[in-house]
Amino acid sequence: MMSSTFDQVATIIAETCDIPRDTITPESHAIDDLGIDSLDFLDIAFAIDKAFGIKLPLEKWTQEVNDGKATTEQYFVLKNLSARIDELVAAKGA
Amino acid sequence: MDLAYFHLIDRIIDLDIDAKTIVVEAQVPQHSTIFEGHFPGYPLMPGVLLIEAMAQTSGWLLIALMNFERMPFLGAVKEAKMRVFVTPGELLKIEASVLHEGSGFAITKAKVSVDGKPRCNATITFGHVPFPNADLRGHMETMAKRIGYPEQAMPHD
Repeated sequence: MMSSTFDQVATIIAETCDIPRDTITPESHAIDDLGIDSLDFLDIAFAIDKAFGIKLPLEKWTQEVNDGKATTEQYFVLKNLSARIDELVAAKGA
Repeated sequence: MDLAYFHLIDRIIDLDIDAKTIVVEAQVPQHSTIFEGHFPGYPLMPGVLLIEAMAQTSGWLLIALMNFERMPFLGAVKEAKMRVFVTPGELLKIEASVLHEGSGFAITKAKVSVDGKPRCNATITFGHVPFPNADLRGHMETMAKRIGYPEQAMPHD
């Protein structure tokens, strides 16, 4: 499940942001390593929302980071982002 | 249209909250200094203003869907196609629908037609935030009434 989610996310990022797929790893930080800015991330969120039938809570995550309650790594390192997606998919099916 | 004030939408013809669609009309003015430069002797409505008109149409739809609590701001324009020239005096029908509602952003599809024939279209991304101040929200509510926002789409608790 985890690897499959990561693979889908990596493919989405590669296609959306024109980043070579082989440079995207589970340890990649979308912002710090891949250089994706907030506007480009909206395209990624759109594609992820569609692909997984969820709504990434970007505003909540951003608020938590701004309030110091979370780090960007928790949400934007791709293995963590994939885990968050899995949680959202599971919550939807519950 | 009041180009000097960037008011590109004249009136709302239909706003369907459930279907998440809007239809508006906008009359391109017969005279404007813009047409003196764009282009001398061959006046054309600039494509950027047509994109802005589609964005404003989409924006009014999104404001209604968010119950006047949040303000959308233009983020990205994709697949914008200027298919046929728009000239002074033409009456535009502008339609928009919601393609996606994300967290803090939305994507719309919009198109402009004249007499049922398509002139341009675009896919537009907006970020949206709570109204930054009461003045702007008040101004938008006043504008909404002026362009004929349906009563049920006005802010409500």
